[in-house]
Amino acid sequence: MPDQILFALEVTLNGLMAGVLYSLVALGFVLIFKASGIFNFAQGVMALFAALTLVGFQTGQVPFAHLVNVLFGTHVEHFGWTMPTLAAIAATMAVMVVMALLVERLVLKGLINQAPIILFMATIGLAYFLEGFGDIMWGADIKRLEVGLPQGLSETIDAATFAWFGYGFFIDRLDIVAALVAAALVVSLTLFSQYTRHGRALRAVADDHQAALSVGISLRAIWVLVWSIAGFVALVAGVMWGTKLGVQFSLSLIALKALPVLMLGGFTSIPGAIIGGLIVGVGEKLFEFAVGPLVGGATENWFAYMLALVFLLFRPQGLFGERIIERV
Amino acid sequence: MTDAAATDARLLEVTNIEVIYNHVILVLKGVSLTVPKGGITALLGANGAGKTTTLKAISNLLRSERGEVTKGAITYRGARVQDLEPSEVVRRGVIQVMEGRHCFAHLTVEENLLTGAFTRRDGRGAVAADLDMVYAYFPRLRERRRSQAGYTSGGEQQMCAIGRALMSRPETILLDEPSMGLAPQLVEQIFDIVRRLNGERGVTFLLAEQNTNVALAYAHHGYILENGRVVMDGPAAALRENPDVREFYLGMSEKGRKSFRDVRSYRRRKRWLS
Repeated sequence: MPDQILFALEVTLNGLMAGVLYSLVALGFVLIFKASGIFNFAQGVMALFAALTLVGFQTGQVPFAHLVNVLFGTHVEHFGWTMPTLAAIAATMAVMVVMALLVERLVLKGLINQAPIILFMATIGLAYFLEGFGDIMWGADIKRLEVGLPQGLSETIDAATFAWFGYGFFIDRLDIVAALVAAALVVSLTLFSQYTRHGRALRAVADDHQAALSVGISLRAIWVLVWSIAGFVALVAGVMWGTKLGVQFSLSLIALKALPVLMLGGFTSIPGAIIGGLIVGVGEKLFEFAVGPLVGGATENWFAYMLALVFLLFRPQGLFGERIIERV
Repeated sequence: MTDAAATDARLLEVTNIEVIYNHVILVLKGVSLTVPKGGITALLGANGAGKTTTLKAISNLLRSERGEVTKGAITYRGARVQDLEPSEVVRRGVIQVMEGRHCFAHLTVEENLLTGAFTRRDGRGAVAADLDMVYAYFPRLRERRRSQAGYTSGGEQQMCAIGRALMSRPETILLDEPSMGLAPQLVEQIFDIVRRLNGERGVTFLLAEQNTNVALAYAHHGYILENGRVVMDGPAAALRENPDVREFYLGMSEKGRKSFRDVRSYRRRKRWLS
């Protein structure tokens, strides 16, 4: 096979893997949007916050160390112990659940029955708050996140492809893990929302808040549930991206990449978030490969948004978004 | 009268409630009514009279619409219920079927019915048995069980909404405008089922209706609301014979046509007297 085609194939595969990482972020958006009609601007910051907290717990960092030191003139930085990865993940998840409770109690409760745009504004506020809060709590320096995920070139794939085509594909093992995790996440979320009592309640709330209230579904409990799940998804995304790029402020910006993913996949579809992510991932890599050299590169920065724009013109509900049922 | 009989006669009691929306709009100005167990009680009146608000005050859906009960009391089985979460009201046996059906459009008919059982803790077997019971009352729903509720007809949606309420094993159903937008034949069908549920399963109904004619044909007792006040109440048979009700709500007059101005002053005088 000619090298050019093989190279394109490798680029496609890498695009798929990158796309999975976008999907992980998009998934969190879809969950909250479906259940409450809120576009949660804070989803990216939640991923950052989750990753920061995880690193903090793992390395035994003292929360609010800087603040404490300034106020009391002490010099505490570390507790002097490290936490096993699994325990740290569990503790982080607990923090995300507490965050969900607080968001419901302090933000959403007062805004019941307000227009979606007002709730959206509230999530922008939440995003900035959480960003600052994460900084104060864990410090603003870039941190390494090590949770024992494999990283670097997958030698098996390299060797296998070399044996078949005489050309070794470079695939990051972390990307493969991310793909598997994303698949597991989607399957379990779909099963949950289709076949469990609470999943059904969640979809009911998504359709009609008032009717859900009238049959005795507690909106507040459902919202805590949804934000907790979104917190979990943010944690997963934070772990993947944090391992890849290090835990730093720019993690919260991956949320912006999730926007075109959502426009492609549809704001209300969980499989849509995954497929949208894959399309964006592959699309931008292939586009960079094919067109990039002609325009001087850096097409990855804007390709996804152009694609989203085209979709908005021709299929505003996205590929898998729920059709708006107008019949009464 | 024994205690049990006393609670049954006053299963649901609304005493002189006042409801204000958004802290300024006074909608109910002292409504009182009593719903006996096992009865069908009708709440009649024109648009904006306060029927829906009364029902929502009872089921406590008001708060999510920025309304609140500022005066008076609502008791169910003698216990105050106006400060409870809507889900707690459902657990106590009172469920509302909202005006305009409000089925979950993207859920199938069967899933819609199952959401009605959300508050129940008595196991899958009991829920499955009740699902069969609902299908027995509404065979049409069994045929459509796999369709998305948003794509079913208005009559099917009304059945779906009533069936969904039944799935919570309610003692009392607050039924808001079941006849809205339905063909007369379907209205009869829905009301026949209401009567059967009342007779066979002992479900107590408080129904708000604009269609006074049908409502009084099926109800045992009626209340007439005007501008947020109860202006008249009595057994359904007596209301049907009342000359004012006949004139204003049933459109039948003994004295032939009247000028609009006479009617207005007459109504106004009536309201002051009540």
